[in-house]
Amino acid sequence: MINSVYRLIAPGMIEVACTQPDIKNSVILRPLYLSICKADQRYYLGNRSREALKAKLPMALIHECVAKVVFDPTGTFKAGEVVIPVPNIPTEDDEIIAENYRPSSHFCSSGYDGFLRDYIDMPADHLVRVPDGVDLRVASFAELISVCVHAVARFEKFSHKRKNSIGIWGDGNVGFITALVLKALYPDTKLYVFGTVYEKLAYFSFADGAYHVDHVPEGLKIDHAFECVGGEGSRFAIAQIIDMINPEGSIGLMGVSERFVDINTRMVLEKGLSLFGSSRSGVEDFQKTVDMLAEHPDMSSYLENIIGGVVEIRTINDIHKAFAQDISRHFGKTVLKWDK
Amino acid sequence: MVFAAVFAGGIGSRMGNSDTPKQYLDLGTKPVIIHTIEKFFINNRIDEILVLCPKAWVAHTNALIKKHLPEGKKITVIPGGASRNGTLENAIAYIEENCKTDEETVIVTHDAVRPFLTHRIIEENVDAAIKYGACDTVIPATDTIVESTDGKMITSIPDRTKMFQGQTPQSFRLKELERVLSSLTEEEKAILTDACKIFSIKNKDVYMVEGEVFNIKITYPYDLKVAHTLLKGKDSND
Repeated sequence: MINSVYRLIAPGMIEVACTQPDIKNSVILRPLYLSICKADQRYYLGNRSREALKAKLPMALIHECVAKVVFDPTGTFKAGEVVIPVPNIPTEDDEIIAENYRPSSHFCSSGYDGFLRDYIDMPADHLVRVPDGVDLRVASFAELISVCVHAVARFEKFSHKRKNSIGIWGDGNVGFITALVLKALYPDTKLYVFGTVYEKLAYFSFADGAYHVDHVPEGLKIDHAFECVGGEGSRFAIAQIIDMINPEGSIGLMGVSERFVDINTRMVLEKGLSLFGSSRSGVEDFQKTVDMLAEHPDMSSYLENIIGGVVEIRTINDIHKAFAQDISRHFGKTVLKWDK
Repeated sequence: MVFAAVFAGGIGSRMGNSDTPKQYLDLGTKPVIIHTIEKFFINNRIDEILVLCPKAWVAHTNALIKKHLPEGKKITVIPGGASRNGTLENAIAYIEENCKTDEETVIVTHDAVRPFLTHRIIEENVDAAIKYGACDTVIPATDTIVESTDGKMITSIPDRTKMFQGQTPQSFRLKELERVLSSLTEEEKAILTDACKIFSIKNKDVYMVEGEVFNIKITYPYDLKVAHTLLKGKDSND
């Protein structure tokens, strides 16, 4: 079968190309809703190094998606079932290293085609069913939620038992979702959010405190922290975390930075801190995510609030419109309703 | 019931002739006709597929389907007619003889040599056939259309903004299609080769489904080159 794939060929330029999915072995899906991630936007705008753009383009963007099963030769799914495709596809087994950290794994929309396609072809074991009642627009960015769920699972693995207070640095989408996940899993823990935009901090109504980084209450301490800032702001966030965190605390690093970040290692040593990285997610995290969405309707309704806009896609021009809307948005997710 | 009728040529060359019909040429890893059938095969709005091809190619077509397609949906290969209308009539006759039909039955007719059709085009064809009785797949004309009655001098140049280029699928409520076809004289049948045109001439509504520029018809060697180019590129086999 010939499939139409909408590839970014150069920053700001999308063209149709064709692939040949294997309908004898792959589950064939039809995208319902997709969501733009910051990484997609960086490719779209050309905010990656020339080498990275040369190596990865042409490539279909977008790895956040909810889709409908069209055809399944394996008999695992029925036509019409709603699923989330897991964009991280391992190519080898490893008992120790998770699939999202294996260098050999493929990631859709980073070197391999993302989900801007007429049909998505996926292995059956990389699809997660969406329970009835979950808002499909929210499910479209389940991948991003799963990245936060994964980071919290790693936090559980690396942090000590005392979890009286947790600080989250970053008032963007990742900070918001990580905070929501933590609130759902640790309802008795005090949750403090630190950011730079008062308007965005106001969205964190479920947290125990949301503060501008320049106006933190005197003496406020935290047991653990998540850095969800990224970019140039990373080093300032990490420095403030190291100042405010109690000894033997853990710091989850989630923000992506194109440059090396200076870290106050003297205090890391002195306080005996644990810094751990977290990136992407695997099937297990996706499953936890859909379970959480079904079990915590409050979380789902907060997530509905961060849908900044839904753009109906019938033409390549509509895809450009969606990216333009997304870049002008300081907070929230841009969702694409796929009707191409 | 929704039937897909894939038209793979009414009058055909024999196997072994140098001019293999384009639908049997390889595009990427499979013959063009297989790519086209697969689009209907995986679409769960389509209940059954009919492939109409030259009589001499029926066995070959069956063999190709067996080789390339998994189990799961009934695909029947029957000979086409001497003309497009004849092929359409053969499809209708087969459906009427072998299947239960009613006013809700829909037939989606499509050229085997248009393997680039999309999911949306099929879905919108089925929806439009149910709602309006008939539909054609079109794209806005990009070239100016020039009319000439003698082939030498321009008779008129219609307003391009009102011109569209016809593609396929063309889809119909089967019973309505039968009624319209049966109202034609033999003379009309010989002239009117396009089913949507027949509907239009008989003052029946034909809805226009938006096609795609890349839903090209592979007719000439040039078209096959374009099709190969569309398939080339990074990870074209993924």
